[in-house]
Amino acid sequence: MTLLEVENLAVHFGGIKAVDGVSFGVDKGEIFTIIGPNGAGKSTIFNLVSRIYQPTSGRIRFEGKDITGLPAHRIAGLGIARTFQNIELFDMATVLDNMMLGRHAHRRTGPFAHLFFGPATRAEELAHRRKIEEVIDFLDLQHYRDQMIANLPYGVRKVVELGRALCTEPKILLLDEPSSGLNVEETEDMSFWISDIKNILGITVIMVEHDMNLVNEVSDRVLALNYGRVIATGTPAEVQAHPEVIRAYLGGDDTETEAA
Amino acid sequence: MRFLFKTDYAQDTRLFPFGGTKRFWSGLALYAAILVALAHYAPVALTSTHWLGLAIVYAVAFGAVLLRQNADGEGGHAAFWYGLLGVAALSAPFVLDLYFLSQITFVYVYAIAGVGLILLLGMCGQISLGHAAFMACGAYTAALLQAQGFDLLVTLPAAILLSALLGVVIGLPALRMTGIYLAFATYAFAFIVEEVLARWDGLTGGNMGFVLSDPSILGYTFDSEQKMYYLAMVLFALTLLAGLNIRRSSTGRAFMAIRDSETAAEAMGVNLAVYKTTAFAISAGMAGLAGAVYAHLLFFISPEGFTILLSINLLVLAVIGGLASMHGAIFGAAFIVVLPQLISLTKDSLPPVVGQLPGLESGIFGLVIILFVILEPMGLHGRWMKIKTYFQLFPLYKRGTFRRQKSYMVSEKNR
Amino acid sequence: MDRVLGRIWWLLSASAVIAFFSPPVLWLFGVMDGAQLTQYLQQVVSGTANGCVYALVALGIVLIYKATETINFAQGELMMVGAFLAFTFITMYGLNFWLGAALAVAGGVLFGMATDRAIIRPVVGQPVFAIVMVTLGFGFVIRAVVSMVPGWGTDTYALATPFSGADLRLGALVVSQDYAAIIASTVVLCGFLFLFFRYTRLGVAMEASSENQLAAYYMGIPVKRVYTLIWGLSAGVAAFAGLLLAPITFIHTQMGFGVIFKAFPAAILGGFGSIPGAIVGGLIIGIVEALAGFYLPEGFKDVAAYVVLLIVLLLKPEGIFGRVVVKKV
Repeated sequence: MTLLEVENLAVHFGGIKAVDGVSFGVDKGEIFTIIGPNGAGKSTIFNLVSRIYQPTSGRIRFEGKDITGLPAHRIAGLGIARTFQNIELFDMATVLDNMMLGRHAHRRTGPFAHLFFGPATRAEELAHRRKIEEVIDFLDLQHYRDQMIANLPYGVRKVVELGRALCTEPKILLLDEPSSGLNVEETEDMSFWISDIKNILGITVIMVEHDMNLVNEVSDRVLALNYGRVIATGTPAEVQAHPEVIRAYLGGDDTETEAA
Repeated sequence: MRFLFKTDYAQDTRLFPFGGTKRFWSGLALYAAILVALAHYAPVALTSTHWLGLAIVYAVAFGAVLLRQNADGEGGHAAFWYGLLGVAALSAPFVLDLYFLSQITFVYVYAIAGVGLILLLGMCGQISLGHAAFMACGAYTAALLQAQGFDLLVTLPAAILLSALLGVVIGLPALRMTGIYLAFATYAFAFIVEEVLARWDGLTGGNMGFVLSDPSILGYTFDSEQKMYYLAMVLFALTLLAGLNIRRSSTGRAFMAIRDSETAAEAMGVNLAVYKTTAFAISAGMAGLAGAVYAHLLFFISPEGFTILLSINLLVLAVIGGLASMHGAIFGAAFIVVLPQLISLTKDSLPPVVGQLPGLESGIFGLVIILFVILEPMGLHGRWMKIKTYFQLFPLYKRGTFRRQKSYMVSEKNR
Repeated sequence: MDRVLGRIWWLLSASAVIAFFSPPVLWLFGVMDGAQLTQYLQQVVSGTANGCVYALVALGIVLIYKATETINFAQGELMMVGAFLAFTFITMYGLNFWLGAALAVAGGVLFGMATDRAIIRPVVGQPVFAIVMVTLGFGFVIRAVVSMVPGWGTDTYALATPFSGADLRLGALVVSQDYAAIIASTVVLCGFLFLFFRYTRLGVAMEASSENQLAAYYMGIPVKRVYTLIWGLSAGVAAFAGLLLAPITFIHTQMGFGVIFKAFPAAILGGFGSIPGAIVGGLIIGIVEALAGFYLPEGFKDVAAYVVLLIVLLLKPEGIFGRVVVKKV
């Protein structure tokens, strides 16, 4: 069953066609990876799906429902969560606060009730707190609960951001370069977690990734992108063997070899 | 040992995360009841010495109860200090002379507005140079309704609601701009409000001002300094409680999210427009409440009392008190009330050549602001935290514990 | 929504420009008589002169902001100090006007550089808001100190210039030479600044440090020293503004406080961080103020400028010449 469907998606910034007629479908329960050289438009696709950018043309469907016209803050409530390439955590808040923000889309009480913090609010807070403790256990973040994000090392922040996305109880998780900036060990942990997210939590994952080892390890399907256009889709092995992909990474006057 | 073992989830939603909340409230209620009973039924007129002695005895007992409850080492420090502070605040009218009492009443009033501003600026990251307008709105609403014969039960909620509405309007620019743009958009609005108050003299009395009488509630009139003190104190406590409630609920977290990263906040489902407007509304409502009490304290209001200087004073309050915590409001308010008094007191003991210099007050005021930002960037509340941590960790405290990371690449341009 | 607001912006700004230039045309067609046109032009000239002062103060604010990202609330006080220095040299010491003016501007430059070294450098790296509070506090201190200086104090003074009292006649239009001098010297100063940033090494270094501190530092530009120089330059411009403002108003300790609440809206109107924007914004605020003061009922003079600011920000939140920067995620 197709969970997320992107159809002829295009966005132009001035004269630059950052994404130019991209179509793909992501099935429920798979890990779908987007690869491509720098500037190919991978993160732009994420920003389009999470509605930060307005597409010039094309449609995005989630569970059969057209979400192209929705505002960005409605996306989390539908069950689409994401992480960011350069970590967008709330730096001056604690890990707990960050994770609790992941529960924001599930709140049922409003600001007026919060002024009084009545029994309903309290019960809701406790329920959310119980939920995020599950994620804290899942990602082994017990040591950091009360720490301010600004005081945490980069690797931990990356995990916290993943945790915050999980706290929204997503149906689909968009991971923008989950391994960037991590050392070998941390990347390995990340790879296990991504598999666990799919296998244990049953969440569909779309990720943008440069580390081909990680891609090969966890992905079910891969889509290769260059200059905003799809150049290949298929299993990791198929895509890596595709002549267009090899040319995009190694050939031509573009000397982008870091991902190889 | 919290980082090793699972802990009580309720702990994270408590008002005092590491202390006995229930004991605190029941203790304070008991104390207040005894005070009222003594004041009414004491066979002899009690002097302030009596009261001081009583307060000390009670404070010690109260503290002992709170501390004993937390013998497991998790500490009940927050509740203990709050308790002590509460006892001191409740006893003040029996001990202090009227002048000091009225000064503390002003501290409460500024602190009410300060909680609102810290909520907006420190929590939500939205700046406002228009808080004087909210205070003016609250003050005039209360004054005009009182003139129609309504009591506090009507005037205070009306002042809060109208100011909150004005806050929504003045906060509208926040939906499209930040930083200095927002500061001056709010300033422009506030200036227009001030001008309207001055020109609409049929309603407000214009620059001639507006006179109020003693406020009352259900026939009970607040006709003495002590009664006004308790009124302001209770309202401040309620405001602080509301602020802390916001802080520990999803609304407060949404505010912090907006402050730290708007993009991520949206991705988490925070509706930026709604929450920015809410922050302005709550903050303005608190400022409006402060304005209403302020009007009753002064018995006289005019547009000149609510100029940009008041807005700047409130910003100074927030910064000196410390933006990181609601409690900064009381420190900051005490500072801006006490400093001018202190200066005028020392003025008399200085040689006349120095003491008579014009501009001495504003000079010292400015100097203190500069020194605070250079030496105490986290405000008075930050200093308090440092002292507390020093004693808790003694003798292991390291000087760098609270050092803030400096960033040389903060760039609004690249944000 | 954005597109609609954009349309409204073009419509409104175009009609404002047309309205501004329409009186001579109306006069040509006989709708307006000569006296009315003269009145109108009189207001425009005096508004332009005031606007030039706002523009120069705004320019100083923008220079400092562009380079150091410090929002300087003490800029008005830098202007005030410049005016008082001019008063000291010219009126108190009886120096020649031109020499006194030059000394006042030089004194302003030194004062600005000293401010950077003593007040701003210790707080570099703190959050933007903290630095704003420091400059605000510094403004209080300057005002207090100025009022304590013997011979300055809290009184108001007038500054006589070689042009004072005389008028310039252009047909029926009578322009006081003070106004003419303000407008002319602002034009000259702006030309000088343009050439400075375009062609001198120091100017280019300043541009570079304002674009990217770190990159400029790596390229071997002594960023700290450049910052000090920028503060000097900006305070010099402010002193110059004080010198221009002194003959048409009075010199007193509060003069700066009044002007920055016009100069900041001017800088924001033009797009905070844009130098041409600051000048255009200053002129708009000055002219709107003059016209509103003359044609609208009493009390609208000050409000009008802020209403214009609000309308512009509503339609174009980044200001007239502002850059929209979208954060990349």
